[in-house]
Amino acid sequence: MDLSGLALGLETALQPSNILICLLGVTLGTMVGVLPGIGPTATVALLLPITFNFDPVASLIMLAGIYYGAQYGGSTTAILINLPGESSSAVTALDGYQMARQGRAGPALATAALGSFFAGTVATAVVALFAPPLASVALKFGPADYFSLVVLGLVISIALASGSTAKALAMIVLGLLLGTVGQDLFSTGVPRFTFGIRELYQGLDFVSIAVGLFGLAEIIRKLEHRQTQSVVSTKVKGLWLSRDDFRRIRMPVLRGTAIGSALGVLPGGGHILAAFTSYSVEKRVSKHPEKFGRGAIEGVASPESANNAAAQTSFIPLLTLGLPAHPVMALLVGAFIIQGITPGPNVINDEPELFWGLIASFWVGNLLLVLLNLPLISLWVRLISVPSEVLFPAIIAFATIGCFSLGLNPWDVYVIAIIGVLGYFLIRWGCEAVPLLFGFVLAPLLEENLRRALIISRGDLSVFVTRPISAVLLSLALVALVVAVLPAVRRKRDAVFSEDE
Amino acid sequence: MSDDPASSGIAGRRAGVPDMLAGGTFITLGLAFALGGRTYGTGSTREMGPGYVPVVLGAILTVLGAVITVRGFRGGDPQFREVEDERGPVPWVRGGMLVAGIVFFGATVEGLGLAPSLLVTTFVAALASRGVGPLKALAISVGLTLLSLGIFVGLLQLRLPLLGDWFVG
Repeated sequence: MDLSGLALGLETALQPSNILICLLGVTLGTMVGVLPGIGPTATVALLLPITFNFDPVASLIMLAGIYYGAQYGGSTTAILINLPGESSSAVTALDGYQMARQGRAGPALATAALGSFFAGTVATAVVALFAPPLASVALKFGPADYFSLVVLGLVISIALASGSTAKALAMIVLGLLLGTVGQDLFSTGVPRFTFGIRELYQGLDFVSIAVGLFGLAEIIRKLEHRQTQSVVSTKVKGLWLSRDDFRRIRMPVLRGTAIGSALGVLPGGGHILAAFTSYSVEKRVSKHPEKFGRGAIEGVASPESANNAAAQTSFIPLLTLGLPAHPVMALLVGAFIIQGITPGPNVINDEPELFWGLIASFWVGNLLLVLLNLPLISLWVRLISVPSEVLFPAIIAFATIGCFSLGLNPWDVYVIAIIGVLGYFLIRWGCEAVPLLFGFVLAPLLEENLRRALIISRGDLSVFVTRPISAVLLSLALVALVVAVLPAVRRKRDAVFSEDE
Repeated sequence: MSDDPASSGIAGRRAGVPDMLAGGTFITLGLAFALGGRTYGTGSTREMGPGYVPVVLGAILTVLGAVITVRGFRGGDPQFREVEDERGPVPWVRGGMLVAGIVFFGATVEGLGLAPSLLVTTFVAALASRGVGPLKALAISVGLTLLSLGIFVGLLQLRLPLLGDWFVG
C-alpha cells in the first residue's frame, strides 16, 4: 500500500476546513437522502450545483460526503418506512422494515451504520492498495484501447440493468447522441444539433440531464399514484446493539464487505449485485434461513456492508480509468470535468492531493456518518414525514436555481424540462434512466478516442482487434453482451433479483 | 425474444403498446440525429467529420427502435407487463404544470429576477400536488422562496439578481 500517499490524503482530508466541508456534505446528503422517494443518485444530482462553489479538492470531498450521507439516508427510509430510494437498498428493506415493525428500528439503523463503517474502512484500504498499480497500467492505454474500454463499460451496464436489453442499449445510444450536441471540439468546432441557439454551443449540461431524469421525471412518476403513500410514524428507541446482536452480525458484516469490495469494481451496477448476492449468501449459510424476511439482523448487516463496500471500490475504475461504475460515479465524472480535471490514470500523478484526499475523505465521511447519524436519528426521522406537496416544489426550486446558477444560461433550465418529459415517458414505457446517463457522460470520451485511434491507424478499423489490450476488452464486451441476451442467464438473474420478494 | 405469441391475445397486444411507443420514439430520434448529422459532413473513416459519429449512432438507435417496436407487436416485454398494470394514468395536467413552472423560471429569471420568478414557479409546482388549494400553495411557495434565497443567495453567495431587468429598467 502506498503509505506516503495515504498520509498525504489524511493530511488533506483532516484539514479543519475539509472536515467541515465533509461534515456539511454528509449532513446535506443525509437530509435530502431521507426524504421519501429520493435515492442517492437523485440526492447527488440535486446537491451537485452547490459543491461547485468550492475549489476542486473541497468540492469533491463534499460530494463524497453527500454520497455517503445520501446512501445512509436511503437505508434509513428503507428500514423505517419500507421505501428504498434505490434498488441496492431494496434488500435492506426486506429485513430492516420487519425489524422496525417489531420495535427494533434502533438496532437495525445502528447495524446499518456500523456495518457500513466497517465495510467502508476495509474498502478504503482496498482502493488505496489497488488504484495506483491499476492507474499505471491504464497509462499504457492508447486511444483504441480507451475506446474499447468505454464500450466494455457501457455493455456491462446493460448486462446488469434490469429489464429489456434492447431498451437498455437504446437508452445508452440515445445518451451518446445527446452527448454529441454542441460544438464538435475534436476537429472543426462545427456546432451540432444546436438549431442556431448560441447557448447550446457548449453542449447540454449534464447536471440538467441528471436533474431532469432523477428529479423532474421521478416527480411526474410519483404524481401517477392516486393516493400519497401513508407514512407510518415509527418511534426509534434503544439504538444500541446487545452483545448477542454483535455476535450475530460479526460474520455477515465480514462476508458482506468481501463480496461488496469485489463486485463494486464491476462497471454498471456492481453495488446492486453486491447487495443481492450477499443477502442470498447469508440466507444460504444461516442455520435459520426461515428467519430471513422476518426481521433477521443478519439480513440488514450483510447487504448494508456489501452495498457500502461496493460504493467505495467503485471509485477504483473511476479514479484509474475515468470509467464510472455506478450512476453516482457518472455524476462525479461530470463534477471532475466541470472542475477542469479529466478523471483517469493521470489524476493520481497530476493531482496527488486530490486523489489521496478523496480516498481519505471516504473514510472520514464514513466516520462522520456514524458520529452524526446515530445521535441525530430522531431528527432524520422527522424529515421523512415531509409531505409531498412541499417536497415536490422544493425539488423543482432547487433543481432550477442550481442548474441556472451554473452558467446563468436559461437553456440549462429548459433542458431539465425537455429531458424530464422525455425521460418520464421512456421510463413509463419500460426503459431505464441510468444507461442514458452513462451514455451521455461517456459520449465525448468514446467519440474522441474513436476518431483519434482511426487517425493514428489511417482509417484502418482493424486497429481495435489487433492491439492486444483493445482486443481483450472488446471480446469481454462481446461476452457480456451475449450473456445479457441469453435467455437462460436472464432467467437465472431474474430469479436472483426476485428470490426474496 | 418474446415468448409464446399464442398466449398473447388482446391483453397481450395492449401490453405491447409501451414497447411500440418506446420503439417509435427511438426510431424518430435516431432518424433525426442521423439525418441531421449528415448535414455536418461525415468525412471518411480515416478522417471523420463532425457528422460521422451521430450518423452511425443514429442509425443504430433506429435499428434498436425497430427491434423494440416489432417486439411490441408480438406482445411486448413480458417482465414489464405486470408493472404496467399497477400504474395510474399519465398525469398530463399536474405534470404539465411542473414543466410549465420550470420553463417559466428559465424564461423569466433574467427579466423578472430570482425572487418573483421562483415564487411563481414554486406556486405552480405546489398547486400541482393533490389536495392543495391556492392559499396553501401560496404559503408553500412563499416559504420555499425565502428558504431558497436564504440558501443560494445568503449562504452560497450566488450572484443572482433578486429583481430583474424588467423592474430596474
